[in-house]
Amino acid sequence: MTTNSTRYLIRGASLGGGEPADLLIVDGIIAAVGSDAARDAGSSAHSIDAEGLIALPGMVDLHTHLREPGREDAETVETGSRAAALGGFTAIHAMANSSPVADTAGVVEQVYSLGRASGWVEVRPVGAVTVGLAGQRMAELGAMAESRANVRVFSDDGVCVSDPVLMRRALEYVKAFDGVIAQHAQEPRLTEGAQMNEGEVSAVLGLTGWPAVAEESIIARDVLLAQHVDSRLHVCHVSTAGSVDILRWAKARGIRVTAEVTPHHLLLTEDLVRSYNPVYKVNPPLRTATDVQALREALADGTIDVIGTDHAPHPSEHKECEWAQAAMGMTGLETALSVVQHAMIETGLMDWEGFARATSGSPARIGRLKSQGRPLGKGEPANVVLVDPAARWTVEPDKMATKGRNSPFAGTVLPGRVTTTFYRGHPTVLNGALNSPLPTDPEEPAWNI
Amino acid sequence: MKHLLSTSDLSLVDTLQLLDVAEEMAAVGEREIKKLPALRGRTVVNLFFEDSTRTRISFEAAAKRLSADVINFAAKGSSVSKGESLKDTAQTLEAMSADAVVIRHPASGAPARLAASGWIDAAVVNAGDGTHEHPTQALLDAFTLRRHWARITGTPSAGTDLGGMRILIVGDILHSRVARSNVWLLTTLGAHITLVGPPTLLPVGVGSWPCEVLYNLDDAVATRPDAVMMLRLQAERMNAAFFPSTREYSRNWGFDDARLALLDVMGLDDTVIMHPGPMNRGLEISSAAADSPRSTVLAQVRNGVSVRMAALYLLLSGRGHHEENRGAGGALPRTANRMTQEQA
Repeated sequence: MTTNSTRYLIRGASLGGGEPADLLIVDGIIAAVGSDAARDAGSSAHSIDAEGLIALPGMVDLHTHLREPGREDAETVETGSRAAALGGFTAIHAMANSSPVADTAGVVEQVYSLGRASGWVEVRPVGAVTVGLAGQRMAELGAMAESRANVRVFSDDGVCVSDPVLMRRALEYVKAFDGVIAQHAQEPRLTEGAQMNEGEVSAVLGLTGWPAVAEESIIARDVLLAQHVDSRLHVCHVSTAGSVDILRWAKARGIRVTAEVTPHHLLLTEDLVRSYNPVYKVNPPLRTATDVQALREALADGTIDVIGTDHAPHPSEHKECEWAQAAMGMTGLETALSVVQHAMIETGLMDWEGFARATSGSPARIGRLKSQGRPLGKGEPANVVLVDPAARWTVEPDKMATKGRNSPFAGTVLPGRVTTTFYRGHPTVLNGALNSPLPTDPEEPAWNI
Repeated sequence: MKHLLSTSDLSLVDTLQLLDVAEEMAAVGEREIKKLPALRGRTVVNLFFEDSTRTRISFEAAAKRLSADVINFAAKGSSVSKGESLKDTAQTLEAMSADAVVIRHPASGAPARLAASGWIDAAVVNAGDGTHEHPTQALLDAFTLRRHWARITGTPSAGTDLGGMRILIVGDILHSRVARSNVWLLTTLGAHITLVGPPTLLPVGVGSWPCEVLYNLDDAVATRPDAVMMLRLQAERMNAAFFPSTREYSRNWGFDDARLALLDVMGLDDTVIMHPGPMNRGLEISSAAADSPRSTVLAQVRNGVSVRMAALYLLLSGRGHHEENRGAGGALPRTANRMTQEQA
């Protein structure tokens, strides 16, 4: 624990979008809420005027690509976690497709330590399901779970665990330590060379199609496997209306499945591909307006549990090329809150309470993060974000903290801005700008940092 | 018209202008001296990332007949094969002051990317991109069809469209850039298009195209078409389970001798058979059909030079006027003009 004894009094923030109240943060904990807060603050407390701002629990991303180790030119744990703090996150899950792949205790501990040393957010490594993401042999899931990184989420993201036997075994095996398999649902044979959603637009553009059935058939298989072995399944970046139907059916049957949607799939459609600008190339691909509407409704009614950014930074040369040669992925950490506000809250589909559930409570529960996703109550860990919902800003990728410049929202005016992020009681972001990382605990042994 | 990327961008007016100018260019080709000074001092780069001797020499002949300087940049044997990106290649050509870049590329959308990227200021002509489009092929097909249609209706070719004409496009629609460009262009000209092929080689989403779709070639021939355009079956499709065997494909979707004879039996004396070349004789088209008087294959090749002359002429001559109007004067070097534009 941090020995930081600085006190912060947040005055007049609307708690979770409800009534305005004061919050007192002391030693990493929410020490008081409401009228007690000002009384207990004392004269030394830093006061933050939060009138008109909304206080939310720190956001938790189940799906972040930090690229380190291996592609430090694209992103590092440091730059990615800075971007996360600016976006209102207090915890992120680093996907396993680094180089080397995070398929051993050694690699996940390295990523975990880099996150601790950076101190902007809690960095939780995701472990690979199979050795080298090759889909052949199960990685040492137990070793990763027992490591200092304490891994609970396992995924071959970027690649589907398509072998049904391997998927079944992985689902079963992680029950031993309450883990979850996060599946990138993409039937590989149906998507060989796939470039974009298969449909009217791909037919005109002459780009190889990525049919919705390639996602839906894997989700259908996996929910049935999860039911058969009574395991937890998490479905990454759901992108089609048909997937939503299958998830709704599975949940109605009591299958232990959770699902995620990216901000970009809640807003953008395949029509953008007509420009052949690879900034819109992403996997799973942008789909149709019908799919977007179904995803929004599913998030609103809880069929989809969480927002996952699938933040995927790439160096510019991987996007400044022909569509077919370009890398797949978009940055997302610094635009997630705004895009979700625009797509869900300003459309009346969701309130801020629902937002907090989908961006904090549910992802923390799925990832088994004990000190994240907690309500803004007395005695809770002080992972708190202040948001100005009335702000409007223009997305400028060059000014972002991430190394990636591949934002599909460049030039777009979006609502909502994170003004302050408290991570374990420390303001990582103040006045909309990076402040300082959480100081490392001098009493913590060096090997643990 | 700044670039020629897709026939879906061409209005009826644009299309008729292109075809009418191509008629004038064809007349030049009949002369003893087949050369115009129209593009003297202009540089046309043929940037070919994919082998296509036919298309390249057609563009080269077109540019040379207009007195342009021609640089052939083939991806093989150049720095491209050493990993140079499209961006760097484009900027190299820009630094050499290319006025037009004729690009053939295996990736769909590469010409559109080049035109929209800001890497290059030259006019971009799509000479075939992946499975997307091949606009000058469609223009030469339209030109060939229009001459044929004018002859049988007894009207002059210039200024007319293809209203009332019924055209079959047969074969691998899914992977055909020729089919896509033709569907948009020929329907703009008022023709009625029917696509014919095995369901595995028709794209998902074809239902929204402005044409009919049939699976059976004999049913399609029974609709009394005025033209039948056979598409080349690419070798890489033959072993990819799109159909059981090349013989079955040929029986069902090849224009064989029996179907050729059927045209005579049906009294379709004016129906022509087209092919963009190169042909797989005995597969999608029989030798008898390819060599019959109905075949327009060689006329298509000849007309290719005329429509490419028209495209280069309209892109570059229009462009010259444009720059002169915007810049301080036509005598300024290109870079000076560009600076003026950037400041504007």
